[in-house]
Amino acid sequence: MTEPTVGAPGQPTAQTAGLASGGAGSRRFRGARNYLALIPFHLYLAVFLILPTLIVAIGALTTKDGRPTLDNVSVLFTDPTIVDAFVYSIQLSIATAIAGAVLGGLLAWAVARGKPNGLLRQFVIAASGVLAQFGGVMLAFAFLAAFGFNGLVTIFLRDTLHLDLLTDATWIYGFAGLTIVYTYFQIPLMLIVFLPSLDGLRQEWYDASASLGGSSGSFWRHVGGPILAPSFLGALLLLFTNAFSAYATAAALISQGSPLATLQIAASLQSEVVVGRENVGKALALGMIVIVSVVMVIYALIQRRASRWVR
Amino acid sequence: MTASPGAPLSAAAPSGGALVARPKGVGGGRRASPLQRSGRIAILVVVIGYLGLPLFAMLEFSTRGNYGSRSLDSYAAMLNNQDLIDGVTTSLQIAVLTVVGMLLLLVPTMVWTVVRVPRMRRVVEFLCLLPLAIPAIVLVVGIGPIYRWMGQHLGAVGASPLTLAFIDIVLCLPFAYRAIDSSLRSIDSATLADASRSLGAGWPRTIFQVILPNIRAGVLSASVLAIALVLGEYTISSLLSFNTLQVAIYLLGGRDPFISVAVSLSALVFAFILLIVIARVGGGGRRDQREVEEPAT
Repeated sequence: MTEPTVGAPGQPTAQTAGLASGGAGSRRFRGARNYLALIPFHLYLAVFLILPTLIVAIGALTTKDGRPTLDNVSVLFTDPTIVDAFVYSIQLSIATAIAGAVLGGLLAWAVARGKPNGLLRQFVIAASGVLAQFGGVMLAFAFLAAFGFNGLVTIFLRDTLHLDLLTDATWIYGFAGLTIVYTYFQIPLMLIVFLPSLDGLRQEWYDASASLGGSSGSFWRHVGGPILAPSFLGALLLLFTNAFSAYATAAALISQGSPLATLQIAASLQSEVVVGRENVGKALALGMIVIVSVVMVIYALIQRRASRWVR
Repeated sequence: MTASPGAPLSAAAPSGGALVARPKGVGGGRRASPLQRSGRIAILVVVIGYLGLPLFAMLEFSTRGNYGSRSLDSYAAMLNNQDLIDGVTTSLQIAVLTVVGMLLLLVPTMVWTVVRVPRMRRVVEFLCLLPLAIPAIVLVVGIGPIYRWMGQHLGAVGASPLTLAFIDIVLCLPFAYRAIDSSLRSIDSATLADASRSLGAGWPRTIFQVILPNIRAGVLSASVLAIALVLGEYTISSLLSFNTLQVAIYLLGGRDPFISVAVSLSALVFAFILLIVIARVGGGGRRDQREVEEPAT
């Protein structure tokens, strides 16, 4: 789409006609004024997005008195509790990104094969929107209602099937439990992210493959798979950052200890008064920004490639 | 091969995109083999079962009465819980402020970028998507000092929980941007603006009376996402010690798990209905617009 360049020579648009009183001399002035209109937006983000980020970054690299130091950041690599929390967070994010991408991808495929405006599709999309973005604390309670000490599934297994499998409800706080809980909100996010890519697969491509004698399997191997691969990979990264940044569900679920990076940050906010650890929380936050940013940059690069086919 | 602006990070607006854009309808066209059909049903049963089980457990848990009976006491009690009512009221007020603020900040800026300074479009897009790289918990760390300052220097206004709207606006930018962008992309805003201006309308009128009605699907979907985000927001309000809906639900969980599960389920159902209604309203009107929006996927 070509945008009309404002005030370009030989283009007497309605805009220039409407503002003609200033004459040609004010063109440059008007060009500057065009940018002035964006100032409120930039100012707002400067205060509520850029400034907080700078506070984190600068705080992470200085002492309480403002002298530069690497002590805060070095905690990221030396304090065993914090190292463990980051490792645990990363492991959990990888596991749930893969589980969520596979299950969510399959669900997306099943939905894409249905009626384009069918009830199933509308239902699944709306439910996914809710579960992926709205869950937080409420999802933790949902899992406690199902698998907690007095949960539906726990009681059913114990009293009806007389299995002692899940009677000790503390498993939900372990790696397996967290993986199941996190995957729960990864699946809907995967569906939302991946469904448009699946919808982008054209009937013509399938027909072309079939008319050349290709089977359904060879279509997916040689056409569908390679086209969807970048989207799938991108979604995988997005799911990783989603799990890595998640806080509410874990905070509501886990009452003892802070096994995850996000929980460590929250804990450090509450213990900021401890001498010498004032800015450790900021260093942890900086560590998270770095990890998420790296993943997001890779994501953007992959997405650029993915968008080549899906248009 | 530069992707259209907005293609990178396009997934940033999950529901926004999926709600507004519709498939071309080829998915159902292929003839399915019996194997595929049973595979599809198996997937639907397993995955939807996984997603449905905890929700069903919430329903079962929140309707437990004495001695194995069923009762709606928890739902009745939730309407009489003052903390909860306060939390809901606060969250709804924040939601209104967030939607208004987000639209005032975003719509004029985005329209202006498209119509007058296209070269700034990528910058605006980048800034709008930036919150994706900054997890909410990280934002709290950085914004804590700013809120402490506001609380100390701006009196009652600065200490009010309604100030959370400032951060919520930032948090919903990526989703709102994508939703509005896909609508804006489907109309020729520059020509519309030229036409409006040449007929004597000023910029405010051009933006709010000419362009806004044409991008209402995107604006609607952005607003709903913002409302859902505010009502579901826990991280920031809890760490800044404001009593919002989610904080109230969490605190209630320690005292009366039955009521807190009842509230959680009600909130999830409410959000679900909201999204369904918006999908119907937003997608119902203009067939042509929907088709142009699709490439944004």
